[in-house]
Amino acid sequence: MHVSVWHRLDGVARRLLPFATTILLVVLSVVPLHLPGLGSVAPALALMGVYYWAIFRPDFLPAPAVFAAGLFQDVLSGMPLGVNALAFLVAYEIVSAQRRFFLGKSFMVMWWGFMLIAAGATAGTWLLVSGLSGAFLSPRPVVFQFLLTLALFPCLTWLFIRAQRVLLQQG
Amino acid sequence: MKQRTGSVLRFAAPLKAFVQRFAFLALVGASFGLMMLGKADMVLVERMRTVTTDAVAPLLDALSRPAAAVSEFAGRIQEAVALRSENARLHEENERLLQWQQVARRLEAENRTLRELLNVVPGATVSFVSARVIADSGGAFVRSVLVGSGARDGVRKGQAVITGHGLVGRVASVGEHSARILLITDLNSRIPVVVASTRDRAILAGDNSDRPGLVHYGNDARVSPGDRIVTSGHGGAFPPGLPVGTVASVSASEIRVQPYVHWDRLEYVRVVDFGLEGILAPPRLREEGG
Repeated sequence: MHVSVWHRLDGVARRLLPFATTILLVVLSVVPLHLPGLGSVAPALALMGVYYWAIFRPDFLPAPAVFAAGLFQDVLSGMPLGVNALAFLVAYEIVSAQRRFFLGKSFMVMWWGFMLIAAGATAGTWLLVSGLSGAFLSPRPVVFQFLLTLALFPCLTWLFIRAQRVLLQQG
Repeated sequence: MKQRTGSVLRFAAPLKAFVQRFAFLALVGASFGLMMLGKADMVLVERMRTVTTDAVAPLLDALSRPAAAVSEFAGRIQEAVALRSENARLHEENERLLQWQQVARRLEAENRTLRELLNVVPGATVSFVSARVIADSGGAFVRSVLVGSGARDGVRKGQAVITGHGLVGRVASVGEHSARILLITDLNSRIPVVVASTRDRAILAGDNSDRPGLVHYGNDARVSPGDRIVTSGHGGAFPPGLPVGTVASVSASEIRVQPYVHWDRLEYVRVVDFGLEGILAPPRLREEGG
């Protein structure tokens, strides 16, 4: 009896891991880092979480959770509500539909896939925000943000793989 | 028993797929609905935002402290490396500033005498709230920061936000203990300014790049690179004379302004209460809405 309660708690914690890491990335993406030259551009960290978990554990990160994470990002960053929610959802749906293609492939393939997804999400967000505010945004910081996000993908993925090994595949 | 779970599964699997598909479409619809709602009902959406940011503010405050400490440490190392050249530069600057101090003292005395002669009514007293930046939207898409002070500390919507260098932006929304500052580089930021030397009026308009542009200036306006840009005080949002930046480039199609504020070192800001109503004074908005 005693064991089963702990076992169940453990299971709950594992199921929450993908959502918890994604939410954590949302919060981390708005923490001011005061890096020279980076004052204005921060990478889209949470998108990496959505991408990774959509491939490896979509069952633990269902669409409503992705929507919630996107909405949280919208609220914290001050963007129009619903923009990130939509971008995350569409990215999640595309990736989880193609997840069998990515499973077991090399890291380069995953990175390449992320490049396509991030490019699509960035371009879509740019169009949506431009449309909603009725003026075209300067594209330069957008491109810079995309490149920075792409460059950080290997580091984050390494952490995700660690987290997944430790917490998800133990039992 | 086995057979039963099998049949349940056979029935449940397509149902689950259907529910998931429906959930996805419903959520996409909800996203678009929220975008429309954000356009239509600003007050409701803003309240949702401030409630959430208020709830997360303590966490952000805690997280931003180690980040600031790390950047301070990196800054110390940089300082140590550049100690000699920095010292020489500061000596030179000090000389120059001492001269300016003389000028300022003389002008202050002269100003006081002239004011007494003319019986000038003193302007409203100015009060400050110093606030810590706890979140940076990190924005290619929006330029705003969250500060860890709110209505409880006397921050009001529409107030000017400055640092020692110059104008940062204005308070866009206020929670109980957090507030969002719309930076002057944001797409939605429009600030009435003047060219300090010629008194030509213009509007400083952000476009999310680091250098906002000047728009709506007169045809005969003479603007050249290096000119100082200060707030004009028109529209009643900001007091006149707050330093904004210098003209960085002038071309046939656009004029770009380099703000004085260092965006990557925005750690503490001052929210200034000049006793002005502001364009976005809440009572006026409410009257229009109701």
